[in-house]
Amino acid sequence: MGSTLILRLIAQRLALGVLLLFAVSVLIFAGTQILPGDVAQSILGQAATPQALENLRRDLGLNDPAYIRYFRWLGGVLTGDFGTALSNGRDIADALGGRLKNTLFLAACAAVISVPLAILLGLLAVRYRNGVIDKAISGFALASTSLPEFFIGYLLILFFAVELQWFPASSTVFDTMSFGARIQAIALPAITLTLVVLAHMMRMTRAAILNVMQSAYIETAELKGLSAFEIIRNHAMPNAVAPIVNVVMLNLAYLIVGVVVVEVIFVYPGMGQYLVDHVSKRDVPVVQAVGLIFAAVYIGLNMIADIVAILANPRLRHPK
Amino acid sequence: MLDLKRIPVSALIGLFLTALFLFAALFAPWIAPYGNGEIVGDVWGPISATHLLGTDNLGRDLLSRMIYGARITIFIAVAATALSFILGSVLGFTAAVVGGWLDQTMSRFVDLLMSIPTLIFALVVLSVLPSTLVTLILVMGILDATRVYRLARAVAVDINVMDFVEAAKLRGEGRSWIIFREILPNALSPLVAELGLRFIFAVLFLSALSFLGLGVQPPNADWGGMVKENKDGIVFGIPAALIPAGAIALLAISVNLVADWVLNRTSDLKGGRGNG
Repeated sequence: MGSTLILRLIAQRLALGVLLLFAVSVLIFAGTQILPGDVAQSILGQAATPQALENLRRDLGLNDPAYIRYFRWLGGVLTGDFGTALSNGRDIADALGGRLKNTLFLAACAAVISVPLAILLGLLAVRYRNGVIDKAISGFALASTSLPEFFIGYLLILFFAVELQWFPASSTVFDTMSFGARIQAIALPAITLTLVVLAHMMRMTRAAILNVMQSAYIETAELKGLSAFEIIRNHAMPNAVAPIVNVVMLNLAYLIVGVVVVEVIFVYPGMGQYLVDHVSKRDVPVVQAVGLIFAAVYIGLNMIADIVAILANPRLRHPK
Repeated sequence: MLDLKRIPVSALIGLFLTALFLFAALFAPWIAPYGNGEIVGDVWGPISATHLLGTDNLGRDLLSRMIYGARITIFIAVAATALSFILGSVLGFTAAVVGGWLDQTMSRFVDLLMSIPTLIFALVVLSVLPSTLVTLILVMGILDATRVYRLARAVAVDINVMDFVEAAKLRGEGRSWIIFREILPNALSPLVAELGLRFIFAVLFLSALSFLGLGVQPPNADWGGMVKENKDGIVFGIPAALIPAGAIALLAISVNLVADWVLNRTSDLKGGRGNG
């Protein structure tokens, strides 16, 4: 009985996610069609003859109405064909493969450090609520939500790469690199990303646990004489899992965005760097492709957060 | 009513620094020791009596660039925040008062816009739009209006069912009266509490765009653009890029301190904080 309800909710959420992704693809496509000028104009430049423009437009299929071009683009995307870059004529899907892997590797490393650390610090803040540790953590959180990524990034470069020379200042990675060398290369960007999301994640974890701690059953546990850590472990944690997973997923989604700036700081060959380069070159097909992938990852993480919340909700698992 | 002694120290620091930045922004041409684009010394010259913060990547006085940068940064952030508040609150109130399909259409569209990370969508749009000040303010303002819209709509839905609004409707007042004379005055305090946070977001967002080379274009520079100009010095141990980066952080922290204090002063506003 309960499992069919959960399955139905999850199926609904998945369907909504797919629908949202299609709507987002329309929005991204429409967002690049705002201007009257077109791709042919930007390839050939201002000095192009009308005849040359016309020929190129016909070759690229630009004379078709926007919705036909959209469906052609979407059809390509669904079969893994993102078209070719305007600036260098290379296949976009080829260029993306390695970069997507690099970006995900960097984000994953940052997540592996930041998630356990944020939960631990959140727990500590609750355990010593209103004490020195809690105040210090809150102060750090306030400061770090106000710090731009590049402030943290360049400060780390100046200190750890230039002064101490522990890590390289720019994170060059290549395929034949050993795992250890790769970790050393991405240590600084991973730490920067960690610091960027840590405070927010910590604060939300603290709020989620505090919320649970104010329930009546926690008071009962306290009256039974359990120690503070036993209460947190046995009574607060199981009920706080759903909100915490939600917090983690939201922050991972944020990590995906923060990665854009961090990759530029450390000259890391990932998706963000690729996107920024091609935005300034006004290379629309690349921007559309990368924009769509970032949006898909973002929507996907949010969807997972919702599904985990459904699974972890005891009221849904045992309906009356 | 406002007793100066009862303002907490943190808020005083915040107020003082915010005022200092505003002063620099307003009176930039009068207080900057050198011109904005004037080359006055060596490349990345050290801190000295004539150049209090040293010189930048082209030998321009860094302090003067910082002061002019404050002007551009704060101007764009204020304009974008104002646009997002006007747009977001008017549309949000309208959605709440009119309801029906209009509310549904607008709310679903806002959901859609918010399902794409703001920075990513801004980059997509900026790849085809010309890099001008107006474009930048419009893009930042419209994207941020989605968050104001959600808050304004949520607040207005609550107010819309109150007795005095019902009374106004029965009196036969039009929709614009309901929105501007009944709902707006009552929704003002939660919106004002949000103002500081949206401003900080605008400053950080603008700085990120300019740092990526897609915001304010040279020879003008906001603080984010100045970080970009001077970032190559970092690997040689020249910390010039950290000065504008630090200024962004300091401005954001000061406004945060003031916003926190305003938020705590009226306890019924607590919980109205968004994030983003």
